[in-house]
Parts: sequence; C-alpha cells; structure tokens
Amino acid sequence: MAEIPEHLLRRSAEAKAKALGVPVEQLMTEFLGEAAPAAATAAEPVASPASTATTTAPAAPVIPEGVRTQRMLTVVRAKAIQGAPREPSDKVSTWPHLLAIEFVALLVALGLLIVFSVYQDAPLLELANPNEQPNPSKAPWYFLGLQELLSYFDPQVAGVLIPGLGLAGLALIPYVDRNRSIRPADRKFAIMMFTFFVMAAAILTILGSFYRGPGFNFTFPWRDGIFFDL
Amino acid sequence: MANGTNSGNGKTTLGERLAGVGDRIQGSEAWESIFRPGSPFRKGYTDSPRNRSYVVMNNVLYHLHAVKVKRHGVRLSYTLCLGGLTFFMFIVLTITGIFLMFYYRPTSPEAYVDIAALSTDVAFGQLVRNLHRWGAHLMVITVFLHMTRVFYHGAYKPPREFNWVVGVVLLFLTLLLSFTGYLLPWDQLALWAVTVGTNMGGYTPVFGDQVSFVLLGGIQVGGPTLLRFYVLHVLALPFIIVIFMSVHFWRVRKDGGISGPL
Ligand code: HEM
Repeated sequence: MAEIPEHLLRRSAEAKAKALGVPVEQLMTEFLGEAAPAAATAAEPVASPASTATTTAPAAPVIPEGVRTQRMLTVVRAKAIQGAPREPSDKVSTWPHLLAIEFVALLVALGLLIVFSVYQDAPLLELANPNEQPNPSKAPWYFLGLQELLSYFDPQVAGVLIPGLGLAGLALIPYVDRNRSIRPADRKFAIMMFTFFVMAAAILTILGSFYRGPGFNFTFPWRDGIFFDL
Repeated sequence: MANGTNSGNGKTTLGERLAGVGDRIQGSEAWESIFRPGSPFRKGYTDSPRNRSYVVMNNVLYHLHAVKVKRHGVRLSYTLCLGGLTFFMFIVLTITGIFLMFYYRPTSPEAYVDIAALSTDVAFGQLVRNLHRWGAHLMVITVFLHMTRVFYHGAYKPPREFNWVVGVVLLFLTLLLSFTGYLLPWDQLALWAVTVGTNMGGYTPVFGDQVSFVLLGGIQVGGPTLLRFYVLHVLALPFIIVIFMSVHFWRVRKDGGISGPL
C-alpha cells in the first residue's frame, strides 16, 4: 500500500477527533500505527481502530453541519457497490429467440390487417353538413361508453368528472396499490376492482354502440338494426 | 469455382454461378460497410453466442432490446406481444399516413373530395385508406389490451410505477390521435362524431366555453377545426407520442426488462 502523506492523516485525524471528541494525537498514533507497514504486526492495526470505534461511538460518526470532510478510498468489494443480487437468472439471447417471435407476430398482424382492408372498405358518408344532424349522432366507439353515461348523469359528471377521475385513478394505481406481491392469489382485491371497472366500461361501450338508436333511445340491434359506424 | 461440386461435364451450372455472384456481393466492401459484424446477412455469419450479441448490439433498431432477455419473457403467452404490436401499428399508421398526406388538403370541402378521390383516382388509394383506418382502430384495441395484460401481471409495481404512468399518457395520446384523425374525412360521420365528442369538453366546469373554443377554433366544428385537428393529427401528437414511447421503451429496460415470472 502506498504511504499516506502525514498532512492528510493529520487532517483526517482532526476531523475524526472533532466528531468523536477524542484527542487528535491519540488518533494520529493510531493512524500512523496503521499506515506504517513496517511498524505494524499483522493483527494489531486492524484490531485497534475497531476497538476504539465500538467503545467510543457508532461506526459512522455524525458530521456536524457545515463541515466538509474527506474520506480516504478503501478497497470495497464489487458486490457491495453494484448491490445487484446475483441470483441465477434464466436468460436467452434476444436474437434469435425474441426477434423471431416478434417478426412472426408482426407478419401475422400485418397479414390480418391487409386481408381485412381488402374486403372491408372504410366508411365515407355524404359531405359534412352542419345544418343536418344525423339521428342518432354517435361519438367514435371508444367514447361511446361515456356517451352512454351521458344518458344517466349530468353532462358535467359524465363528460368531465368521470373520465377525468378515471384517467387520474388509472395513473395512480401503482401508488395506491401498496401490495408488492405479483402473485394473482395475493392480489384478489386489486384484480377484482380492475376487472369490475374494465367490465363496466366494456358493457357501457357495447350498450352505447349497439343498443342505442334514433334519439339515442334504447333499441335492440336484432329488432331495429345497428346504428353504429366505425 | 475452386472446390465447387461441378456437374459431371466440367461446366459450372447456373445455380453455382449465381451462388458465386452472391458470395462476391456479400464479400464486397460496400456490403460489409452496411452490414456490421454479427449481422446474419454478412458473409461467414455463424450462430455463436458472440454473433448473437452482435446482432442486437450493432443494429440501431434491435438495440431497443437487451442482448439477453428473461426466458419466460420470450414466451408469447406472457406479453402476447401486445406492446410490440401497438408500436408496430403506430409504424404502419405512420407509413400509410404519409401516403395519405400526399393526396389530402385539410380544407372544407376539399378534404372530403380528396378522400372520395382516393377510391377512384389513386392507385391503391382505397386500400391504403382502409389500412390506415382499421390500423387505427386496431391500435386503440391493442393499447387497451396491453394495459390490461400489464395490470393482471402486476407489472406496474415497483420499480415500474412510473412506466405505468407513462403508459397512461400513451393511452390518452393514442385516443387523441384516433379522435383527431376521425374528423379528417370531413363527411357526416366525422363531423357529428367529433361534434358529440368535443361537446363533452364544453361541459368542463368554469371555463367550458373557452376549452371548447380552443379545441374547435370557433364555436362549432368547422373549417378551422379541420385545420386544427389536421395539424394535431399529423404533426403535434405524433411528435409527442414518439417522445413518450421512447421514454416508455427505455424504462422497460432500465426497470430490469419484462416483469415476472409470476
Ligand atoms: C402507444 C402505446 C404503448 C406502446 C407502444 C407500448 C409498448 C410497450 C412495449 C413494447 C412493452 C414491452 C413489453 C410488452 O410488449 O408487453 C411495454 C411494457 C410496458 N408497458 Fe407499454 N406500451 C404502450 C402503452 C402502455 C399503457 C397504456 C400502459 C399502462 C397504462 C403501459 C404500461 C407498460 C408497463 C408497466 C410495461 C412493463 C411491463 C412488464 O415489465 O411486464 N404501456 N410497453
């Protein structure tokens, strides 16, 4: 080990002395005993600082506010710095294992989309006419749950409060759900709540899409036809 | 052919000659400058752990992934590829959308005329429009399914809380993109669907009128709304969603890859 210059040792001893309330010189002799390899027997320098630490104060002394201290580098084992638990992990190469699957998924999705697009044209009705409102007028399908709510609640509740709270609530899920387990058996309540809201949204959307006819009145799609465009 | 398997008469067959051309192209400097070491398209690619790593490390697109991933995360049944498919739909929509922009003017009534002309005057116009429209609906569906799969896996739990929040922003942006695009054909369906949708914004307490005025660029859906929705749809929202997607993908990796196993 390289020799540590004496003025650095002294500064360190002074800071430590101030924090621990022990005389500087006592620490200096300890430090010197430790730092000079020739003077030390193998066991002693390790033992002495440890014993002072345990008798006088906790190992990490509280540094008074406004005091700048320096630490000397020591050898720290890599494990402690990285802190990553080295549990054995079961990993595979991204190429080919993941990329191949992604590629196939991509092709299948693209294939389905193309086939659907060849056989089903996107709708195009007459030119927009602000003076002639079709009956019923419906929002895009993903808002039809909200439009359905409009027929039960005040517009301020259905149009602003519920979607606003819904979105905020969704974003806050990770901060509200303090349960750390991801095992389905441990999260019955969370799963139940989420499923409830998803089902509610789905049912409202289906009602708004298929069960609402002229005047947004209730109809049966098999009786009066479907009033719904994508 | 130095050691080629010549057919009996001593002449090289067409197949061998083609293989020779392929070899020379693959060995050329230009080819090697494009396909970096480890690329499966490079001459002499062998399936070794080192090359497998290079495939991912030396490619800007594949670099979205880590070199190695958890074995269970690769199983199709875990993510169902839903996040990836959402991203893929976004790419399909970008490509088809650029094509549509060539033929589209965001003014009333030209917008409608241009969309109608896609089916008659433009090669593959109708097909590309269909792809764009059905792709957009599909993206809304996949993003929603992706969210539910993330929930049921508890994948929003620490350290992934923030990525869930980024995801909620992505969900909102996806809906906005779809909604602004819905107006652009400028037919009765578009006009009235957007009227119904934007009316809800008008119910905002206290400054509802101002909200709806800013949304519509007027007191009702009209020419200014069309231009506003167009700019949002082709420029502003895609720009924002790409930023959020980048953060989203980056966080997936920084949070330790796919969550689980359950
Ligand atoms: C434009 C929309 C989105 C895109 C392109 C996207 C893309 C992705 C991708 C590619 C992954 C990797 C794993 C997988 O494929 O499942 C992922 C993971 C994740 N996404 Fe999304 N996502 C989007 C929206 C959302 C939404 C709406 C949420 C939730 C509200 C969300 C939350 C998450 C979380 C928490 C993860 C980590 C999952 C895990 O570690 O298992 N994302 N996303």
